[in-house]
Amino acid sequence: MSKYTEDDLKKELETKEYEYGFYTDIESDTFPIGLNEDVIRAISAKKDEPEWLTEWRLDAFKIWSEMEEPEWANVNYKKPDFQAISYYSAPKKADPNKTLDDVDPELLATFAKLGISLDEQKKLSGVAVDVVVDSVSVATTFKKTLAEKGIIFCSISEAVKEHPELVKKYIGSVVPKTDNFYAALNSAVFTDGSFCYIPKGVRCPMELSTYFRINQSGTGQFERTLVVADESSYVSYLEGCTAPSRDENQLHAAVVELIAMDGAEIKYSTVQNWFPGNAEGKGGVFNFVTKRGICENNAKISWTQVETGSAVTWKYPSCILKGNNSVGEFYSIAVTNNYQQADTGTKMIHLGKNTKSTIISKGISAGKSQNSYRGLVQISPRATNARNFSQCDSLLMGNECGAHTFPYIEAKNKTAQIEHEATTSKIGEDQIFYCNQRGIETEKAIALIVNGFSKEVLNKLPMEFAVEAQKLLEISLEGSVG
Amino acid sequence: MELKEKLVSSFLAFESTVDVKNPLHDIRTKAIKDFEAFGFPTKKVEAWKYTSLNSVLKNDFALFPKSEVAIEYKDVKKYFIHDLDTYKIVFIDGVYSSHLSSTTHDKFDVCLMSSALTQNRFKAVIDVYFNKIAKQDGLVALNTAYSKEGAYVYLPKNTAGDKPIEIVHFSTGSEDAMLLQPRNLIVVEDNSEVTVIERHQSLSENKTFTNSVTEIYAGRNAHVDYYKIQNDTNSASLIDNTFTDQYDHSVASVHTFAFGGEITRNNLNFTQKGQGIDSILNGVTILEGKTHVDHNTLVEHTEPNCESHQDYKGIFDEKSTGVFNGKIVVDQIAQKTNAFQSNNNVLLSDKATVNSKPQLEIFADDVKCSHGCTIGQLDESALFYLKTRGIPEKEGKALLMYAFANNVLDSVKIPQLKTRINALIAEKLGVSIGFDL
Repeated sequence: MSKYTEDDLKKELETKEYEYGFYTDIESDTFPIGLNEDVIRAISAKKDEPEWLTEWRLDAFKIWSEMEEPEWANVNYKKPDFQAISYYSAPKKADPNKTLDDVDPELLATFAKLGISLDEQKKLSGVAVDVVVDSVSVATTFKKTLAEKGIIFCSISEAVKEHPELVKKYIGSVVPKTDNFYAALNSAVFTDGSFCYIPKGVRCPMELSTYFRINQSGTGQFERTLVVADESSYVSYLEGCTAPSRDENQLHAAVVELIAMDGAEIKYSTVQNWFPGNAEGKGGVFNFVTKRGICENNAKISWTQVETGSAVTWKYPSCILKGNNSVGEFYSIAVTNNYQQADTGTKMIHLGKNTKSTIISKGISAGKSQNSYRGLVQISPRATNARNFSQCDSLLMGNECGAHTFPYIEAKNKTAQIEHEATTSKIGEDQIFYCNQRGIETEKAIALIVNGFSKEVLNKLPMEFAVEAQKLLEISLEGSVG
Repeated sequence: MELKEKLVSSFLAFESTVDVKNPLHDIRTKAIKDFEAFGFPTKKVEAWKYTSLNSVLKNDFALFPKSEVAIEYKDVKKYFIHDLDTYKIVFIDGVYSSHLSSTTHDKFDVCLMSSALTQNRFKAVIDVYFNKIAKQDGLVALNTAYSKEGAYVYLPKNTAGDKPIEIVHFSTGSEDAMLLQPRNLIVVEDNSEVTVIERHQSLSENKTFTNSVTEIYAGRNAHVDYYKIQNDTNSASLIDNTFTDQYDHSVASVHTFAFGGEITRNNLNFTQKGQGIDSILNGVTILEGKTHVDHNTLVEHTEPNCESHQDYKGIFDEKSTGVFNGKIVVDQIAQKTNAFQSNNNVLLSDKATVNSKPQLEIFADDVKCSHGCTIGQLDESALFYLKTRGIPEKEGKALLMYAFANNVLDSVKIPQLKTRINALIAEKLGVSIGFDL
C-alpha cells in the first residue's frame, strides 16, 4: 500500500481535474424526456416484463405522484425537474445473448480507462463483474462458476424473466414502494440493476461486484439491487461507481434491498466516486439512495461505504434487526470537498432479542463543503439485551466547511445498552509538524493522517477496494490544504 | 373552544388590565399576532418530535384567577430553602404575594416585572433588555403577549448579590385548570454576580400549565448561577423557555433538577456574544410514573475562544419518558471553541423510554467539540458488592443512582440547596439515607 502512495499519488496530483470525466460516444436507444404512465408502460414493454411488474410500477408511480420531495436533509440544491429526464437509455448494441467478445469495443476501452478491464478482472482478481452502463447490463462474467454452486447472479431484468418467483417474492419487501419519494420513483422507473441469490448453506466463493456508470447525457440512473442470502449462506458484494464530467446535474435514485435469512451474512461494500461538480460547485451528480437490509435470526448485515463523489448525497444504508441475535454494522467514510454536500448515516432498528449494532462514521470536510451524519438507533420494547455502539468522528480542513451530527437515539427497553460518541476536530498542527520534522511534506502528511483517521473503516473493505478507496481519499482532498 | 382561539380572543380582556398607551404594549399586540400565526408546536416540528402537548392543551384553562388565595408561610415552608437567607419573589396563581416575599431596591433591584414594566425609573433597563433575545416561536410569543408579571432582577455594574434570590410560583388549585405565564428578566451587568433559585409548585391535584419565559443577560465578567427545581405534582406541566446572552469572560450556568410533572419541557438557549465565555448547562432528571421531561438545549458559539459544558443525567422508571435534544452551533468565526455535551441515561423499567438527539453543527475548523450519549442499566456487580457489604438492594440501588448523578450535584454551589436536593432525591428513591456521607 505504501508503494502506491509514494509513486502514484504524485501522478494523481498532477492531473487535478476529475480524471474519470470523459464521455464515451455510444449510440444509445434513449426515450424522450418526461415521465407519465405511458413512459412506464413503455419501459416495462421494452424490457419484456410480466404483467404483475408493470402493474407494480404503475402503482409505485401513482404513489410517487402524490408524494412530495423531502426537505428535511441538511442539503441545498436546485430540485431536479423530473419531467426533464429521460427514463430509459440502453446501448443499442446490447444483446441478451452476448459474450464478452460481443461487447462494443469502445465500451471496453472506457472500462480500460477506468482501470477495470473486464479481461483483466476476470483473469487476475477473480471477481465476477456485472457491468452496468446506462441502465442495461452488458456483460456478466463468471456466471458459470457461480451457477455450479447454485448462486444466481444476474441483472434484475434477467432475473425477472428467469426467476420471477424469487423477484416477485422479495422485491419491495424491505424497501416498499411507499417508503419515500425516491424509492417510489425508483420502483416506478427502475431500468436495471443486479439480482443475487445465494442458496442455503452456500458460501459465495468470490466477491461479487457491479460497476455503475452514468454515461448518457441527461439520463437518470435508477438502479435496483436485490440480494437474497438464504439460510446460513455468505456473500460479499461490492459496488463501485464513477461518472463522467457533466455540467447539468444528473440524478441517481437507486434502491438496494438486502435479505439475510437465518444465519446468513451479507457484506455490502460501496465505493462511490461520481462527479462531484467542479471547483465552483457547478454540475455534479445528485445521489439519493435508499439502502436497507433485513436480518432474520442470527443473521448479519454489514454496510461499508466510501463516499467521495456526488454533488449532493442523501444516503442512509440501514439494518432492520428483526431476528434474535442478529447483527448490523455500518462503516462509513464520507469525504466532501469544494461545494459538495453529504447527508449520510444509518438506521439501526432493533426488534429482536440480543441484537447488536455498530456504527463507525468518519466524515472529512474540506473546501466549502457541508458534511452531515444523520443516524437513528431505535430499540423497540421487545428487543431485550440490545447493544449499540456508535462513533461519529469529523475532521475539518479549512474554515469554510461544516461538519454536522444529527444522531437520534430512541430506547424503549430497559436492558438496552447504547453508547454514542462524536467528536469534531482538525488535523493538529503538532501532527503535521511531527511529519515535517521527519521529512514528510505537508500534503503527504495530511494524506497520511487522513488515512489513519479512516483506518477503522478502510480495514473493513475487501482488499481490491481498500486500495481504490485510499486512492480516492487522496484525490478528493488534494488542494484542500490551506 | 380550542385553547388557541380562547387565548387569542381573551387578549382583549387582558388588555383592560394593562396600560395600552405604554409603548411596551406594541410588543404584546405584535406577539399575539405571532402566536396566532404560529400556534402551539406539534410533533411535526422537528424540535418537538418527541414531545406532544396535546394531552395538556385539551384542558379548559382559566387564564386569569378569579379570586386571590392567601397561603400561610408555615404551610409552604418546605418549598423554600428555609435555612438559607434569601430574597424571595413569590407568586400565588400568578399573583404577587407580598407577605411571602422579601424584595429589595437597595444597591440592586429584586422586584416585580409588573413594577418594572410600568414604572418610569426602570424604563431605561426595560427598553434595552426586555424581549430582546427571546426567540418568538408560538409559545414564547404567547408568553410575550400576556407578559405582565414575573421576577425582575437587575444588578448594575460591579455589584454582587449578597444573598441568593428565590423565585417561587405556587398554584393553589382555585381553578380546575390554570394557565400561568410568568415572564422573568435577569440583567447582570459587567463584573456583577447573582444566584437565582426558581421553583414551580402545585398545591393541589388540579391541572396547572405554566408557560414561562426568562431572559438572562450576563455582562462582561458577570457570573450567573441559576437553579431550577422542577419537582411538581403529576398534574402540572411546565414549559420553561430560558434565553441567555453572555458577553466577554462571563460565566453562566443553569442547573435543572427535574423530578416530576406531567410534561416538563426546558428550552434552554445560550448565545455567546464575546470571547472567553463559559456556559454551563447541567441537569439531573429522576422520573417515575407517567411523567415526561424534555431537555432542549441550544448553545451558539459566535465568537472565538469560548467554552460550553453540558452534562445531563437521567434515571427513568415506570412509564416515564426522557428526552434530550441538545444542539451546539459553532460559527465560522468561533475558532478555538471547546464545546462538550454529555447525556447519560439509566432505564429502570420496560415501560420507560429515552429519546436522545445530541447534535453538533460546526462551521469552524480549529475547535474541539464532542458529544457522548449512553443508555444503560445499573452495574449488577457493583450492586452485588454493596449487598455483600450488608447494604440492602433498595439502598444499594439508591447509592448507585446517586453516584451516577453526582457529577452534576457537585456543581451546586450552595450547601443548603445541595442538602435540599439530596433530600429530594432520597425521597424520590424511597430511601432514608443521607447522601452527605
